[in-house]
Amino acid sequence: MRVIIVGSGRVGAGAASQLAEEGHEVVILDIKTESFRRLAPGFSGQALRGDGTDTSVLERAGARECEWFFAMTNGDNRNILAAQLARQTFGIPHVLCKINDPVRSKAYATLGIDTINRTEMMIDSINRYMGKPAIPGAADVTVATVPPPPEKDAAVAAAVPEPPAATTGDR
Amino acid sequence: MFVIVVGGGRIGFYLTKELLAEGHEIVLMEKDPGAAERIRDELGAVVVNRDGCEGTHLAEAGANRAAIVAAVTGDDADNLVVCQMAKHHFDVPRTIARVNNPRNEVLYRNLGVDEIISPTRMVLAAIEQDIPVHELLHLANLEGGELELLEAQIAEDSPALGRRPADISLPDGCTLFVVIRDDRAQPVVPETIFQEGDKVIAISRTECENDLRMQLIGDVPEVV
Repeated sequence: MRVIIVGSGRVGAGAASQLAEEGHEVVILDIKTESFRRLAPGFSGQALRGDGTDTSVLERAGARECEWFFAMTNGDNRNILAAQLARQTFGIPHVLCKINDPVRSKAYATLGIDTINRTEMMIDSINRYMGKPAIPGAADVTVATVPPPPEKDAAVAAAVPEPPAATTGDR
Repeated sequence: MFVIVVGGGRIGFYLTKELLAEGHEIVLMEKDPGAAERIRDELGAVVVNRDGCEGTHLAEAGANRAAIVAAVTGDDADNLVVCQMAKHHFDVPRTIARVNNPRNEVLYRNLGVDEIISPTRMVLAAIEQDIPVHELLHLANLEGGELELLEAQIAEDSPALGRRPADISLPDGCTLFVVIRDDRAQPVVPETIFQEGDKVIAISRTECENDLRMQLIGDVPEVV
């Protein structure tokens, strides 16, 4: 099943390499070709240079037939725009958006976007390393509280499995 | 009126200047310290060196009592986030976004931005007015962008040539209402017969634009 990843940074490239290795059809986008050097040497997916916040680029990446979409650039707002395009324009069922600003991360979770927040994850890790209790939910994806209406064909959506329990947080 | 302007580029700068001259209360948010400093030299304390995408900064700037938030940075993504934060977290009644990529317009409308200003679209429209193209001309957006006012010129290869309105199968939600012939506007009536050179003014739902083009202009390659 197709996975689109926007942003070939350490996280994006790492996830892309691993998912391709597992046999997923991976398309990774970045505005700089040199970012693709972070991909694993035998990367079997597709690496496309292009702006993941541009509908025509997303279309070229196969966003119309895509089940998983990860917005992983280092810009919160670019990720937010890419994720909302994926969700609204292309009706991709599983869209995860990296937002490092905790305020924006919570805000967008209430606007129908699943978010992942590195800042809170790391603070939580530091806390636990010091033997303090974990911050509830900090280590997980914040699953959107208002799910947007499914735009894709119901049969297509039904064929897509739920995300594994390990990545879903306080649902 | 209290207006928050986000982005101190050329547009933000002149916008702030004009609004101040009209006596409005303004806060201009510019995240780059150097740019903020330069604007402060000229316009005084209206500028704050803060990022309008950050909820806390918007709160400091007084977003919860703002009548309008206008996001005019050069970055489409930033402008969207500013407007969404203003709308959903501070209940700002009216949000305005500058959008550079015309393809983002529909998305932004669906996501709750009240007013969209597209410099690209404006220049495009100005160019299209001047060159003879076998295309639909966009004259105006109505009803917040759901409807469009369009103009089509009937050419010799137009499927509508020599036909009456009743002979043309138009998509639902699409009306031909005026025809301009010899520089005179006349209403489209059942007896109207479309002739070469006619300019037909139509109102159409945005999604019916392609059907309308097929009926009035025919199958021409889309010019982008």
